[in-house]
Amino acid sequence: MLLGPSLLVSAILFTIGVVGVMLRRNAIVLFMCIELMLNAVNLTFVALSQVLGLGGQVMVFFVMTVAAAEAAVGLAIILAIFRHTRSVDLKNINLLQG
Amino acid sequence: MSGQTVFYILAGAAILSALLCIIQKNPIASVLWLISTMFALAGIYVLLQAQFIAAIQVLVYAGAIMVLFLFVIMLLNLGRDTGDLRGMPVRLAAVLVAGGLLGELVLLARVTPGSMALLRGTAVGAGTPMASFPAGQAGAAAPGAQGVVGAIAEPLFRTYLVPFEITSILLLAAVVGAVVLAKRKL
Amino acid sequence: MTFSLLAALPQVGEMTVATGAARWVWLAVAFPLVGFLVNGALALKRPEAKTAVSVVGTGVLLAAFAVAATVFVQLRGHPPDAPIIVSLWSWIVSTGMDIQFAFQVDQLSVVMLLVVTGVGSLIHIFSVGYMRADAGYARYFAYLNLFVAFMLVLVLGSNLPVLFIGWEGVGLCSYLLISFWYGDKANADAGKKAFLVNRIGDLGVLIAMFLLWWQVRSLEFVTIAARVPGTLPVDGGIIIAITLFLFLGCVGKSAQIPLYTWLPDAMAGPTPVSALIHAATMVTAGVYLVARNSVLFAMAPTTSMVVAGIGALTALFAASIGLRQYDIKKVLAYSTVSQLGYMFLAVGTGAYVAGVFHLVTHAFFKALLFLGSGSVIHAMHHAYHATHSHEDAQDMRNMGGLRKYMPWTFGLMLIATLAIAGVAPLSGFFSKDEILAAAFGRGETHKIWLLFWGMGLAAALMTAYYMMRLMAMTFLGDNRTGAKEREHLHEAPWIMTGPLVVLGLLSLIGGVINLPAFFPAGPHHVLDGWLEPVVAAASRLMPVAMPHGATEWALIGGAVTIAAVGLVLGWKLTLANPIPTAHDAPEDTGFARVLFRKYYVDEIYDALIVRPLVAFSRVVLWKGVDQGLIDGVGANGSAGLARALGWIGSRLQTGQLGFYVVVFLIGAVWLLRTVAQ
Repeated sequence: MLLGPSLLVSAILFTIGVVGVMLRRNAIVLFMCIELMLNAVNLTFVALSQVLGLGGQVMVFFVMTVAAAEAAVGLAIILAIFRHTRSVDLKNINLLQG
Repeated sequence: MSGQTVFYILAGAAILSALLCIIQKNPIASVLWLISTMFALAGIYVLLQAQFIAAIQVLVYAGAIMVLFLFVIMLLNLGRDTGDLRGMPVRLAAVLVAGGLLGELVLLARVTPGSMALLRGTAVGAGTPMASFPAGQAGAAAPGAQGVVGAIAEPLFRTYLVPFEITSILLLAAVVGAVVLAKRKL
Repeated sequence: MTFSLLAALPQVGEMTVATGAARWVWLAVAFPLVGFLVNGALALKRPEAKTAVSVVGTGVLLAAFAVAATVFVQLRGHPPDAPIIVSLWSWIVSTGMDIQFAFQVDQLSVVMLLVVTGVGSLIHIFSVGYMRADAGYARYFAYLNLFVAFMLVLVLGSNLPVLFIGWEGVGLCSYLLISFWYGDKANADAGKKAFLVNRIGDLGVLIAMFLLWWQVRSLEFVTIAARVPGTLPVDGGIIIAITLFLFLGCVGKSAQIPLYTWLPDAMAGPTPVSALIHAATMVTAGVYLVARNSVLFAMAPTTSMVVAGIGALTALFAASIGLRQYDIKKVLAYSTVSQLGYMFLAVGTGAYVAGVFHLVTHAFFKALLFLGSGSVIHAMHHAYHATHSHEDAQDMRNMGGLRKYMPWTFGLMLIATLAIAGVAPLSGFFSKDEILAAAFGRGETHKIWLLFWGMGLAAALMTAYYMMRLMAMTFLGDNRTGAKEREHLHEAPWIMTGPLVVLGLLSLIGGVINLPAFFPAGPHHVLDGWLEPVVAAASRLMPVAMPHGATEWALIGGAVTIAAVGLVLGWKLTLANPIPTAHDAPEDTGFARVLFRKYYVDEIYDALIVRPLVAFSRVVLWKGVDQGLIDGVGANGSAGLARALGWIGSRLQTGQLGFYVVVFLIGAVWLLRTVAQ
């Protein structure tokens, strides 16, 4: 009966991912932190699927698919940005400045 | 070694790896620590009776996606100490926000009869003992009859068939998008 | 609630259900209105179709006159005891309020109906000749038709709001016609002046309406007349306030002191307009309003005294200004103001019938005088036009001896002059005599009425003088127009002289409608008897003691003597010395100069009211409110605020992803707080 501890681990991992997003400026590390958060959510799904049926595991399957797609597109974008600015540091990427 | 002990070892490893992942200056080290986290999570999935997910966690996530990350980092030659941590004000804000978030998530993660009933969509009378709800039965019962993969294939190709097909389109779009973005000239 | 309140009030005024021709009285309004629409369309699309305009413009007036005559015949055959109310539709319906768009046909409104359509028809016919050459011919007739329609709404309205439509409508038409030749700024300014000065009076009518609704809960004339005597105390504060505010409206519309200044300036319009609007009909609306609400005024003797006092003062004051004017129309304008003063003296005295009587006779002879002066101006204008001279065609110093060239006009205007001067047995004599006798008779109650009578008598002397001066300067003596121009002077065409003949006849015998008892022939007191049902209630409240016997004869003798003295003086003094033409006339000196400059009233108003108002508007309203408050705080302020907010918002858009993430997470944590209890 590991539901409670699993959810706790998931919360901690998610928060670590959030902290990483906030602290790091490297775009690729940022992406990795997002993957970490997605994994934390996956853990929640799997843990709850114990109780609520296999739909949760199917959802994990979808999350992985989306994560793969996101990684592919995101890394392609980072590649394009790097070509443009010779850097993946976010402080150099401020095209949205008002 | 009971399942509980193994779970806590794996959980500790996952958390430690995640922490190391976000504090490493070198992106390559970060990737490796993230892969470590994912392996630990795969172990936890096995403990949670989700063997198929554990398998694709290792294959797709740790194997394919993280290798892609590693590949890009190396392609861009970013494997140096760049010191990309943000300044003190942001760190302080990050700690505060993370503290608040963690507190809230921990509160949400409490497992009580009330919260479970809420998730199942069934009303639970006051004073119902925690033990009364059939923990793990739904997850555990199905693999017995159809096998691990068959159990997850059943909902995936019946209930979630349309979303499944849509993800294929999503992946196709992602492939096209990645090619368009990555190529200098089409 | 309101209905029960109404039920508790005493009897509502009686009224008679409309039958026969009276039901169709609205046609009298509809005809000129159609004329306005047709002529207005022609003015916009086919301004050169002058024949069509002439036919439509005068035709609708004659049709309206026919309606008026038919209604009059019906009323004469079967005089109703109570006014006939012709309700057309419900206009303003609210809780406790149901104002009908209704016309009231009774003896008084029929008299006004006949005068407006009758004199109006003659003036329309005259206009065909007078305005023929004008480019704005169709526009002119459109305005004139519209004026008649509104004037008929005014005199026919069965309640104050309907009357007020006509009241404002004639004001609008007056403005449009004064500024008819708007190319000249002076004309446009005169129109604006008339409009603005009238606004002051209109405000009074509005306030009076509010007070009446507050106190009496009705705006219908019959209901007001029935309810007020039972509900409001005689000469109480409320009734005095109501009547004074009503009178303020009359002062504006009928050009009494202190709001008379617009009427002389209104002569900027075409002369037939001066005849119709600014002499015969519109300016008498104030007198009509007092007569229509005679019960109210009879219940407020204080107001009545004010009305009579203002009237007497205006009669004297305006007549004195008329003594030294040189513009032929200005003389007639001040004469009109003065004669209107007479009418208010009459209605203030309580002699409502005398006031209406003078209104009618004045409409005849003053319209005749204006149209006659129009003929003269027409001739003078043509003469100067033929020789390309730029002399003033209206200045009497440029005229003289026109009798030889315009015998018909001279003869007819002489009749009108004698009538207005009060020479027996012309129409003006009877009406003016009745007014003066009534004022004298009231002298028994208070000495001040004798003063009013004296002022009226003095004004009569001046009237005779300035009218004879006008005649002498225009028609007698040697011609001063100029040798070349003299050949072009000629009598006006028959389409202009014809209406003059009719008006001359009416001025001559108009007195028959109300001959006094002492007159040897004819039916006596016809108008008195005719209007008796309308003014009976007021007469009971404020009876007029007419002098009889020797006193009456003495008064008549005095009045006629004074008229004769004035006429002779006007004739002899004017022609005693040769008159220089306007071009090389010396400036007037002394008191004559004060009179010529109209007591400097316009200048005083300008300094006391207009300039401070303009300065206030410039400094406070324009610079302060408009530029400071509306433009500054309102327009620029809100724009500046938006810009400032936008600037703050744009500062938030740092483009730094980390900042966005932190802010986003703060928001997310804040929202999660409600879920995670």
